[in-house]
Amino acid sequence: MSIADPTDPPLQLDADETARLRRKRVEKFGKWLLPALVLVIMLALWDRIVVWNEIPHYILPGPGLVFETLIKDWAMLFEALLVTVQITLMALAVAVVGGVGLAVLFTQSRLVEMSFYPYAVILQVTPIVAIAPLIFIYVDSRIAGLLLCAWLVAFFPVLSNTTLGLNSADHNLRDLFRIYGASRWQTLRFLQLPSALPYFLGGLRIAGGLSLIGAVVAEYVAGTGGLKSGLAFRILEAGYRLNIPRMFAALILIAVTGVIIFAGLSFLSHMLLRKWHESALKRDH
Amino acid sequence: MEQVDKTFNGTVTALKGMSLQVREGDFISLLGPSGCGKSTALRLISDLLHPTSGRITWAGEHDSGDLGVVFQEPTLMPWATVAQNVWLPFRLRGQSYTAVRDDVLQALKLVGLEKFQNSYPRELSGGMKMRVSIARAMVTRPRLILMDEPFAALDEITRFKLNNDLLRLKAAIGCTVIFVTHSVFESVFLSDRIVVMAARPGRVITELAVDAPYPRDADFRTSPEYAAFTRRATDALHDAMGEAA
Repeated sequence: MSIADPTDPPLQLDADETARLRRKRVEKFGKWLLPALVLVIMLALWDRIVVWNEIPHYILPGPGLVFETLIKDWAMLFEALLVTVQITLMALAVAVVGGVGLAVLFTQSRLVEMSFYPYAVILQVTPIVAIAPLIFIYVDSRIAGLLLCAWLVAFFPVLSNTTLGLNSADHNLRDLFRIYGASRWQTLRFLQLPSALPYFLGGLRIAGGLSLIGAVVAEYVAGTGGLKSGLAFRILEAGYRLNIPRMFAALILIAVTGVIIFAGLSFLSHMLLRKWHESALKRDH
Repeated sequence: MEQVDKTFNGTVTALKGMSLQVREGDFISLLGPSGCGKSTALRLISDLLHPTSGRITWAGEHDSGDLGVVFQEPTLMPWATVAQNVWLPFRLRGQSYTAVRDDVLQALKLVGLEKFQNSYPRELSGGMKMRVSIARAMVTRPRLILMDEPFAALDEITRFKLNNDLLRLKAAIGCTVIFVTHSVFESVFLSDRIVVMAARPGRVITELAVDAPYPRDADFRTSPEYAAFTRRATDALHDAMGEAA
């Protein structure tokens, strides 16, 4: 090793390093460019198939027509979207409160966990489409029924992930808390909840998508129209009227909503964990 | 705290008839092979386990602030900054950060990490994390610090440095230390008493006094008396192993 002389030539990039830099560049652009390219190709293909085969728009509309419908029906679709989003977010909120609350209860008392955990699993594995009609028989309020359905689908990942997280606090740290005479509440607040945060956030991301699915499924089952109808009902209604372009437009809105929810929760997760958790760390090599 | 005295039998007899008198200011090493009950002894003293029989007593009153613990791993909370980690013993006693900030910063200063108070553990090296762990154990100015092979996972150079620092810190806060190790060299350099233990069942074989004066520095490591003590400790350990086998 020697001290760098200013007259020394700049450090050479060897073949490995150049290849690594090139890979990095390719990855940086490819991450956005490639999916965009696939989208363009698919849209063009879709359009050509419709045009060349002269498929009527009540069987398969071309992408142009779908886009047109999206704009033309925007007012109605957006209103429906807001209803669906509202149910989804409320269900997610209730899933978080219920899931975390139950998880805390479970970790505080082994007896409670043993008594109720099997039923949480049963609720989770029973298909929501099978339960939903019953719910709408017994629950008068339509909004409460929708919420209940969406919640049933969404709360389990929060519950199971948070329970796992609360139980996976470092054992030495637990000992340390005991040695310092920490109360149950202190151990929960300062040790178990922070340990559970990454697990909880993982569950939350899954729950976000599931609550949207739960809301849509519940709307299908609930069916009733009225003024406050969500996107799922709009899809059903458009189907009855053979308004296929509107079905596609509504479908696109639902998909985009799901992606936005996922991206938002991923961002939240990143912001909360970026300072300390392994999952948020970037590695150079 | 002069009379920690305990004898007990566990179900698999992790420790059999162990008696130990710890005097104020002692630096005691528990030296022995794996499975000799060194860590069990520490867990008993820290009240994480209770003796099957026998007693552990402290001279005078003591509370949670009288005991500091350092584990083999740094055992820091990854979501908390260095300063928040060191604050923990106070926090669990309901003391706000502002009330004890001076103590926290003082402890960090003693281990030479005051500049890193707002860093997160993952930004520190293994040796630095261990220093934070030591600062946390010392921050309440405990009467007794228990250390369970704290430097076993560190490289030799870092280990030497932390050994030197540990003696300096002990002198600075004037506590008693019980130090579990399986390194003969470490135990001779650090302690004034070495308790040699054997495995299956875990028990005390003998006790050696290392009556070289403190402060000890790098010169002590190369002195003939250090070599002599090391020799004696190695022989004692060898006997302990031989008996077990």
